[in-house]
Amino acid sequence: MANKVLMKGNEAIAEAAIKAGCKHYFGYPITPQTEIAAYMAKKMPKIGGTFLQAESEIAAINMVYGVSSAGYRVMTSSSSPGISLKSEGLSYLAGADLPAVVINVQRGGPGLGDIQPSQSDYFQATRGGGHGDFHMIVLAPGSVQEMASLTVKGFELADKYRMTAMILADGTMGQMMEPVELDFDVAPAPEKPWATNGTKMQRKHNITNSLSLVPEELEKFNFARYERYKLIEETEALCEEYLMDDAEIAVTAYGIASRVTKNAVDEARKMGIKVGLIRPITVWPFPKAPYEKAAEKVNHIITVELSMGQMIEDVMLATKCKVPVTLCNRAGGMIPSVEQVLEEIKKYAKRGE
Amino acid sequence: MVVFDKPKSLADISMHYCPGCTHGIVHRLVAEVIDELGIEGKTIGIAPVGCSVMAYNYFNCDMIEAAHGRAPAVATGVKRANPDEHIVFTYQGDGDLASIGMAETVHAAARNENITIIFINNAIYGMTGGQMAPTSLPGQVTQTSPYGRDVNACGYPVKVCEMLSTLEGPEYLERVTVNSVKAVKNAKKAIKKAFQNQIDKKGFSLVEVLSTCPTNWGMTPQNALKWIDEKMIPYYPLGVYKDRSNKENN
Repeated sequence: MANKVLMKGNEAIAEAAIKAGCKHYFGYPITPQTEIAAYMAKKMPKIGGTFLQAESEIAAINMVYGVSSAGYRVMTSSSSPGISLKSEGLSYLAGADLPAVVINVQRGGPGLGDIQPSQSDYFQATRGGGHGDFHMIVLAPGSVQEMASLTVKGFELADKYRMTAMILADGTMGQMMEPVELDFDVAPAPEKPWATNGTKMQRKHNITNSLSLVPEELEKFNFARYERYKLIEETEALCEEYLMDDAEIAVTAYGIASRVTKNAVDEARKMGIKVGLIRPITVWPFPKAPYEKAAEKVNHIITVELSMGQMIEDVMLATKCKVPVTLCNRAGGMIPSVEQVLEEIKKYAKRGE
Repeated sequence: MVVFDKPKSLADISMHYCPGCTHGIVHRLVAEVIDELGIEGKTIGIAPVGCSVMAYNYFNCDMIEAAHGRAPAVATGVKRANPDEHIVFTYQGDGDLASIGMAETVHAAARNENITIIFINNAIYGMTGGQMAPTSLPGQVTQTSPYGRDVNACGYPVKVCEMLSTLEGPEYLERVTVNSVKAVKNAKKAIKKAFQNQIDKKGFSLVEVLSTCPTNWGMTPQNALKWIDEKMIPYYPLGVYKDRSNKENN
């Protein structure tokens, strides 16, 4: 059996990134993700890599843009207000078709909000995260193990599709400690003939660019990009289904909300309520299939979120509103309790009787 | 025999710049320097947002188009990705470098980031049609200062070389112009030094080039060249503002 170590979620992300071949990290301090920067500051000089504390989130994402242009694996991390600052860069990365990994350890908002866990950046992450038509691949870890493994996967997907992969975590996932296994089989970075790393006088010059002043051409680029997105939606959606086979009620949640929900589902099962959990692991692409399936057999779907209700819209779209979908939530940095979720499940179980 | 030829690292296409604009001269100087130092194959240039946004089409080395003002951060990434193999320069205007990108400029200088910056100061926003720049002179009439730049309302112009010279970090800061043959020769010397410093791993080197914008200044090309002598140089004196390795120049 592989060796496990006890680690904070944030540290697991940092170590996994290094294991994935990321030797360049740029960040700016913001709670609750600063352990990532601290870890990188310690480790990068020892492996001949770059750790740089940038002057701002904006500078950090543009340093990422530079490293990625040159063809290297690169990462930055932040928390909600900092991700807003990075959104300009996220749009440029998309426009220039550059791979990058960006971590968002979400905290309560809007504005400066607080420093407690939240899932209120779901819209921002899954709808693009900046101006213009684009998407990021968005991975939502539900354990410290997944903080690590999805970071590795993020680097692979970013390179494969030449786009940003975002790890959409939350303050709890970042701060909690769990045993984690860090032996990964990492796919090596593919050849990057597009990289702006010097022509060495052996090829025509490469240009990294998101400017395209001829609208007919820009339209063509956008359509081509969405062809790629379609392929990703068809092949890369990930989801865990728990006790869904005979479920009459489905509860759906990701990240820390899914942990609470799983406990509530177990408690409800002890009471004889046929309830299951659908846990998206990718939130873009959103795993529609299990919801389509559920819509044919359950009476009710509850989404559990640390927000005022954002993922619920994707659930309604995926189920085409064939069954009622309701929200069970806390916001502003609060986490729903097992009891709250259980009460919600019992409410709809009674109605089903 | 002297043969007048186009520098090899300058693309053989026509540029979009207005008649009398000095961007073409500065592009050529940068390309001549890249040729003379034999670094085209390892050079990566970063274009700004502004009139020189399409500079990425004009150089034969690898080029990156950055977001407005972010070129020094992008350059930092490219340089740090492979410090021994990458020669990195940014080419930025006054709006890009001294307004929206001021933080990136100052911190790249403070870190003595080993990059070369060519800073075009023509005291106006060119591409958007002639608005007030951070370097527009007191009283200067622009589209957004139609009654002349009022220093009580808009503050004073930013003197980039003077300001950066107060920092410990940067290696080399010089202000030049290109409004005469003599000035062009001097500008080339400065640009060459700014690249040589990077090759020698000396650090952050910035050359500010006082430049013309006849279109948005509303002048003939000839009068624009004169305006540099009469108005700009008195406010922005030419010279070396910092040269750490040659202390006598300071």
